[in-house]
Amino acid sequence: MRRSTHLALGAIAALCTGGVAAPATAAWEPVRPVEFIVPAGTGGGADQMARTIQGIVTKHTLMKQPLVVINKSGGAGGEGFLDVKGSGGNPHKIIITLSNLFTTPLATGIPFSWKDLTPVAMLALDEFVLWVNADKPYKTAKEYIDAVKAAPAGSIKMGGTGSKQEDQIITVAVEKAVGTKFTYIPYKGGGEVAVQLVGNHVDSTVNNPIEAVAQWRGGKLRPLCVFDAKPMAYDEPIADGKAWKDIPTCKSAGLDMEYLMLRGIFMAPRATKDQVEYYVELFKKIRATPEWQDFMKSGAFNTTFLTGAEYAKWVEAEDKRHQALMKEAGFLAPSN
Amino acid sequence: MEELVNLFHGFAVALQPFNIMVMVLGIVLGVIIGVLPGLGGANGVAILLPLTFSMPPTSAIIMLSCIYWGALFGGAITSILFNIPGEPWSVATTFDGYPMAQQGKAGEALTAAFTSSFVGALFAVVMITLVAPLVAGFALQFGPAEKFAVYFLAFCSFVGLSKEPPFKTIAAMMIGFALAAVGLDSITGQLRLTFGFTPLLNGFDFLIAVIGLFGIGEILLTMEEGLAFRGGKAKINLRVVLQTWKELPKYWMTSLRSCFIGCWMGVTPAGATPASFMSYGIAKRMAKNGKNFGKGEIEGVVAPETAAHAAGTSALLPMLSLGVPGSPTAAVLLGGLLIWGLQPGPMLFVEQKEFVWGLIASMYLGNIVGLIVVLTCVPIFAAILRVPFSIIAPLILVLCAIGAYSVHSSTFDVMLMLVFGVIGYLLKKCNYPLAPLVLAIVLGDKAEEAFRQSLLGSQGSFGVFLSNPLVSTIMILGLIALFWSLIQEGYSRLRSAATA
Repeated sequence: MRRSTHLALGAIAALCTGGVAAPATAAWEPVRPVEFIVPAGTGGGADQMARTIQGIVTKHTLMKQPLVVINKSGGAGGEGFLDVKGSGGNPHKIIITLSNLFTTPLATGIPFSWKDLTPVAMLALDEFVLWVNADKPYKTAKEYIDAVKAAPAGSIKMGGTGSKQEDQIITVAVEKAVGTKFTYIPYKGGGEVAVQLVGNHVDSTVNNPIEAVAQWRGGKLRPLCVFDAKPMAYDEPIADGKAWKDIPTCKSAGLDMEYLMLRGIFMAPRATKDQVEYYVELFKKIRATPEWQDFMKSGAFNTTFLTGAEYAKWVEAEDKRHQALMKEAGFLAPSN
Repeated sequence: MEELVNLFHGFAVALQPFNIMVMVLGIVLGVIIGVLPGLGGANGVAILLPLTFSMPPTSAIIMLSCIYWGALFGGAITSILFNIPGEPWSVATTFDGYPMAQQGKAGEALTAAFTSSFVGALFAVVMITLVAPLVAGFALQFGPAEKFAVYFLAFCSFVGLSKEPPFKTIAAMMIGFALAAVGLDSITGQLRLTFGFTPLLNGFDFLIAVIGLFGIGEILLTMEEGLAFRGGKAKINLRVVLQTWKELPKYWMTSLRSCFIGCWMGVTPAGATPASFMSYGIAKRMAKNGKNFGKGEIEGVVAPETAAHAAGTSALLPMLSLGVPGSPTAAVLLGGLLIWGLQPGPMLFVEQKEFVWGLIASMYLGNIVGLIVVLTCVPIFAAILRVPFSIIAPLILVLCAIGAYSVHSSTFDVMLMLVFGVIGYLLKKCNYPLAPLVLAIVLGDKAEEAFRQSLLGSQGSFGVFLSNPLVSTIMILGLIALFWSLIQEGYSRLRSAATA
């Protein structure tokens, strides 16, 4: 009896909204504050991006409801993903992802896959650069690789963010390409990794541009090559008259590895088309602001923007690739 | 001398009427944030960050750093009045602050805490002004081994402090280590001790444990003892501030020592929490009436508060010059800097002089404004203890629950807090000390991480902990602190043997 009343009410409600909201102009809009989940700690790359977005939305009043950033970093971000997965049908929750979208379920075995979420848009891709201390004699990636090859296996230390995540995946790929072993030392955050390199506590890192740019400008670190198919687009000089554009690709130095990290947005399961459309439009507006463009420039981001089926296809391919990379590196959780 | 010229220029920036208004607003908001346990400086700054985007960068960072100062001041209030530390570094303040409040000396304890905070912060700011470039380089020498050595020193200077039997102290500490181990193993990237139970992914957050163990546990104890706050007869007028000030200069030595400990720990990436514990531990050993520590000794409030604020302030130095935040709050501030296009790092001091010196000048002024604001409120805070228990206890419970919830926005944490409350009550009834347990929860996973990172780097050789003068010195200091009582005893025996 109860259920049938519910159904009846639902039907009436559906009729009403269908009847009233049929014109395309009356699209869905948030009616409550929107939670913006960051599956990482405060101060990291994803957190910075989320807080920049929050700032832009507030400054340009792009939303009628507030956007609230919430960090859920537990279990390498698993906490955040499971939270959004469990909020099916709640359109007031979005999540920004990094590569832990793929690596965390594989490495920890928590019950989650990106397919549980609704893809909204790819905002940008983060680059990875091979860095060494500026006091070291290596001027090119090749010189460094030759030195690594000459040293006993395991004596060269590579610092990176987190364990069994993107930095370590790249390290393993470099090991394969070079044919030697690094000692990989995981740290909590990218900024800390860069400073450990400045202090010579590790020998090289694969920091994202934004994590190491300040030390590069200060003359403490030297970029050797970028793990991308083509050099980065930004030609404004950063240090010693060199720009991001002048950093050669690692492939050209004999390190055949390309890796870009997703900075994308997902919604909770069972989001309607209208709701996804609302957020896509919102992020289009955000991307048009000068603040966003400055942010992209400061971090030398790859500004590819994808939505809908194209985005889902990209994520799916990337998921397959991570499965292969993680399996090869022996990073899969025992239960997988 | 160029620094001083820059600084005066900075004062001119910070003293603009709009900036002073922003400063007062920031301090008041900060104190409110600090008083609410669990909300904490980091969350507070994060929530208020977007508010500042419409301001010029210098005003914005002045406001945010004043919220930070305010939260540092505010954290002491609940520690002293209700035994609920709002921030990790306020834990050591409860040891003597709360007994003082129970003896009706809440006003004295609050005045001592606020004044010491101010002294510590001022000392650190002067240091930042004069020796910033030198000190910034020092932080670079801290790799994993050095960091572990600092944590080791913090633990060692705290062991053996407790009045309880050593085995109870060790048992409490081990429980703390076990709790700290739950969650993600950051070295292997795998989950441990979660037993497939998702809410445990995050491990046991320090704040939830502390709110439960101290706050809820204390309420349970008070209920058992007759439903009334002791210390209701606290003097509530401003004279108490002046009277306490007369007494404080006696503790100049403790204060100075705590300033140095604080600055040193703040510049190294260890931070304010180990600084406050270490400073308390060393003060207890060095002070004349060290035996009375824990029973409401004003010096036991001075030591941790001075060190915590010296550390909290000097932690901003590595943030500005290296881009590495020394505390979670500093991390959020760092995010703010980036949004305004200010890239922290070695070049910030060169390229953004006006901003950097405006910020440093605001540290001076913000702390003075903060001290005036909180000191005038001392009578109001002390008067809270006169409110009947039946009214205040439910309010505290609600505040605790909100605090626990807001850490991760999770209702599971509220239940966890209640469980910790019962555990805290039982441990207190059985005379297990809570402080070592808390210390182990706060620093346990960090110490473990640094230890394993060091051994990874040295390929398993323990020699790494004695591999250079810096790390060796800290480790040896730690060992001395650990065996201090034995050394002292041996020394006095030698002396008595010599005289005999």
